[in-house]
Parts: sequence; structure tokens; C-alpha cells
Amino acid sequence: MSAVPEAGLSRKVVERASSGQRTKDLMFRLALLFSVSVGFVVLAALVLDVMIDGASRVSLDFITSFPSRISPESTGVKSALIGTIYLMVLCAVFIVPVGVATAVYLEEYANRGSRLSRLIEVNIQNLAAVPSVVYGILGLAFIVRGPLGLGPVLLAGALTLGLLVLPVVIIVSREAIRAVPSSIREGSLALGATQWQTIWKQVLPGALPGIATGVILALSRAIGETAPLLVIGAATFARFNPEGITDRFTAMPLAIFEFISDADTEFRAAGAAAIIVLLALLVVMNAGAIFLRNRYERKW
Amino acid sequence: MEATSAGATGAPRPDLYRTRTRRSTGEAAIRYALLAAALVSVLTTTGIVFSLLEETVVFFGDVGVGEFLSGTKWTPLAGGESQSFGVVPLVFDTLYLTGIGLLVAIPFGIGSAIYLSEYASPRVRRILKPVLEVLSGVPTIVFGYFALTFVTPEILKGLGLEVGSFNALSAGLVLGVLVLPTIATVADDALTAVPGSLREGAFGLGASRMQVSVRVVLPAALSGVVAALVLGASRAVGETVIILVAGGQKADLTLDPTVAMQNMAAFIAAASRADIPTSGPEYGAIFAVGTTLFVMTLVLNAISIRFVRKYRQVYE
Repeated sequence: MSAVPEAGLSRKVVERASSGQRTKDLMFRLALLFSVSVGFVVLAALVLDVMIDGASRVSLDFITSFPSRISPESTGVKSALIGTIYLMVLCAVFIVPVGVATAVYLEEYANRGSRLSRLIEVNIQNLAAVPSVVYGILGLAFIVRGPLGLGPVLLAGALTLGLLVLPVVIIVSREAIRAVPSSIREGSLALGATQWQTIWKQVLPGALPGIATGVILALSRAIGETAPLLVIGAATFARFNPEGITDRFTAMPLAIFEFISDADTEFRAAGAAAIIVLLALLVVMNAGAIFLRNRYERKW
Repeated sequence: MEATSAGATGAPRPDLYRTRTRRSTGEAAIRYALLAAALVSVLTTTGIVFSLLEETVVFFGDVGVGEFLSGTKWTPLAGGESQSFGVVPLVFDTLYLTGIGLLVAIPFGIGSAIYLSEYASPRVRRILKPVLEVLSGVPTIVFGYFALTFVTPEILKGLGLEVGSFNALSAGLVLGVLVLPTIATVADDALTAVPGSLREGAFGLGASRMQVSVRVVLPAALSGVVAALVLGASRAVGETVIILVAGGQKADLTLDPTVAMQNMAAFIAAASRADIPTSGPEYGAIFAVGTTLFVMTLVLNAISIRFVRKYRQVYE
């Protein structure tokens, strides 16, 4: 931000500088441009690679067929796509209330600087940095086996992924709640509303676009995760759809993992096709998030 | 005087704050319900620590802390005599892969950050930053596919390198691309937080834009930039799928990047899918490695938070 105002100033300085310094400056600028382009080139190469390998395999049949281990031509991702959609819905049911409630507590109720709220904040900060595979261990030891003992079922997968992305929801929701100006709260309280009425009727509606964006981002991270689901023992190959939340399941990243673990190039092409399906789903979700942000975000 | 008159009328003043109405009871209940939700995150941490330690303690009963931490042969899933639980090669390979990744991510990440904060016009910046975010939102399994089916066969073999189909170089390079956006975004935040007056002062003394960026802004934002690097390292240490898909399944003490390597996270994922009994040291090894990984990332994260605090204190 602060780089903007002196833009004109620096150009004059560079013009006056010695030619040696000018060459160095030019080289430096080119090196920086090269650095920035690395990210873009890789992103483009990645998308192109996947498209070239898999685009011809994407079809309605591919989405509506169960996977096959024998024939790569007729294999599909039906069970994985349905598993991923179920996971997403269940995960949302878990993270929205818990995440938003935590954010409301920390922003509206907690004593800033009290031991409890600092404990919770440090916790969330640390949880956001824990590798996803460790959440898999938590899911394995606590949810699949151990105290909850659910087995490697849909609910266990959704809870594991939910815990993994909960910090994202909390952090984004807190920012959205903080962005609602305090004059709104004061006005509401002055009219005799209780604290909760103020939060429910004024603060949360105002923060909703921000919260929704955060939830979508969290969900798009959740459905792209492979490691925790691998660790809790979810299926990578399933010729059945989950019927309820206590059924075994598979998901898109796991299906991709299964396809590309095969050395056969035909199966790897199916993996690329599955990646296209997953990326398309993510693009739709992110577009939704951007739309929500642009359409409904309020400037106070 | 007023007290007397109030006493005379005999009406006690209502205590506005202490009365328990249905409303205030409801308000208090909501407060506790919200607190309960906030405690889920504390419980998650507790759950992680317990689930790791419970099996790790059992594992150390079987194997011994010394053998685990100083043994140089890591073959936990091999049967009989050749089974060995020395974690050193696995930790070494984890750091080695992270190192390859950082060789890519540090120069290009910081270069991107300097470009975004010191060179790019606001318009260019508005376009470039979201694209970096898109890159960091790509599922890691896709990076794994890219490393396995493009970087290894097309680029590395295309350059004439004799690499295996699973190799550390490909996995490490792609790992670097994965953490590049993390480093670039966090470092960019640190650079833009440097007050404009420092730049203006340097420009006023006749410094070029490069001199301002490298000698003034970068040193001024150093703690934030270091925090970005540590955060990137922490992400690279904990990455699973890229290594699992493209790195291979074994961990040896070797400096040769053309052979297969496994990191701790990929071991956890691979071993939890292997057909092993849920009691016994093979199963316990998953948790012991998990504990090691958890401690490593926790330390890295603590260092990063400390550095971030430092630059916030200076400029905000």
C-alpha cells in the first residue's frame, strides 16, 4: 500500500542514477518478474497437464459410473463424488454453528486478555498450523476407534475434516464480526435490546457475507484433503454409495489417489479426469464465495 | 435526605442488576453455550495430544526411546529380523525434502513478495494476489499428480537426469511450489507494513528502487519475512500427499535426490493403510512419528508467531 505514492518520485531517481546502477536495477526487476511468473507458469502447466491427460475422459458416464479395477474405459467416480458432497454437507452442519459460536464468543463475550480467552486464541492459532495428517491420527484414535468408535464412516470423516478446517471458519468469522461497527451494537442496546438480541438481529446479519465466504473457503479446503481420510481408513475404492451417515464411504481425493497409484496410464488418465471434476467443483465454490463477497458485503 | 423520604414511602428500590428474569437467565445460558463451542478447539488440542501420547507411550515400552531417536535404520513395516525403528533416516528425509522445497520457495516467494509490495501497481497487485491464493487452494493430491506424471517423466527425465519414477527431487520441487504462495503472501504483508516514510527517506537520499527494496524495506521487515519462511517450512514439513504420491515409500540416509524418499507425514498415511495389526510396534510407530511431527511443527509455529509479534510491535 505504502509503495504507491512515491512511484513517480523513484522513477526520476532511477533516471538520474549511474548507468551501472540502472543495469543492476533492471536485472533486479527482471529477477522479481521471473519469481512472480514461477507461480503462474506452474499453475498453468498444472492445469494444462491435467487437461491434456484427462479432458477426453470426462463425460456424464464418468460421473455416473462406479469405479472399476479391470476396465479403465468404464471406470467412474460416482461413489466418490457422492461421498464428497455428503462430506461437504455434514461438515458444514458441524463447522457453521461451532465456528460461528466460537467467533461470537471471542469477539462479543470474552474478556480481552483474560486467561481463558488467550488460551482459546493461542489454541486456534496452533491448531491452524497442525499438519492435516495429524488430524487423521486424532480421527483414527478418537472418532473411528477409541471413545466414539464410529468406524471409518461418513460421520467420522466429516468430523475429522470439520475439526481440521474449524480454525479457518473461526478466524474469518471473527474478522467479519469485528468489521460490524460498534455504533450498530450501541444503537441496538440503547433501544433496549439484550446483548444476544443485538448479536442475533444486528451483528450476525451484518457479518453474514463474510462468514459465508469463510465457510465456503473452509469447505473447499475440506473436500480437497486426502491425508486425514487416508489415515482414518476411508475407502479409496468403493462400488457403492453411502446411504446414511454411518455408512462407509469414499471421496474424490481418495478416488484420485487410487487411480494414480496405478502404474497403468489409462487409469492415470482417469485420475486426471477425476482431478478435473474436483477442480471444477472447487472453481464453482470459489466463484460462489467471490460472488457473495462482491454482492452482499456491506461497506459501513 | 432522599434516603429518608424513600424509607418513608416504604418502597424498596428495585435492584436493577440482580433481578433474575427469564430474559437474563436466557442471556446467561447463551453465554455458556457459546463458551462451550469455543472450548471445542481446546478439546481438539487435548484430543490430539492424548491420542498421540497414549499409543506413543505404549510404543516406547516396546521399542525404547533411545533406539527410536538414535537408530539409523527405518524399516518398521518389514517383518522379522530386518525390522528396525530408528527414526533418524525418516527425520533426515523429511528435512531434506523440506530443504529442496525451500530452495525453490524462498527465492521465488520473497521475490514475488518484493514485486507485489514494492514494484507492482495497485491494479497489477489486485490481479496477482488472488492468483497466488488460487495456487495455494489447489488440493495437494493435484500437486502429487503433477509431480508424478509431469515433473518426473517430462522435466527431470527430459533434462537427462537419471531419476527413479519415485524420487525426492520431483517431490521436493513441487513441495516448494506448494509453499511458495504461503511465503509470498505472509512476506508481502510484512513488507507492506513497513511505513512509507522509510522508503521516502531512502529515495530522498538518492537510492534506487532496488536499493530501497533490498537495503531498507527488506531489513525493516526482516522479522515478518523470517516468520513467513518458518511458516512455509512448517507447511512443507507436514505435507503428506505430494511425498506419498511422488516421493516413494522408503526412508534411507542418503543425499541422492534421484532416489525415493519418504517424509514423516507420508509414512503415517502409508502405514495406516498397510495391513498391520492394531497392537504392536508397527501400529505404535504411526503415533510415535505423529508425535515427532506434531512437536516439530509446533516449535516452528511458535517461532513464527514470535517473529510476527516482533514486527507488529514495531510498526503498528
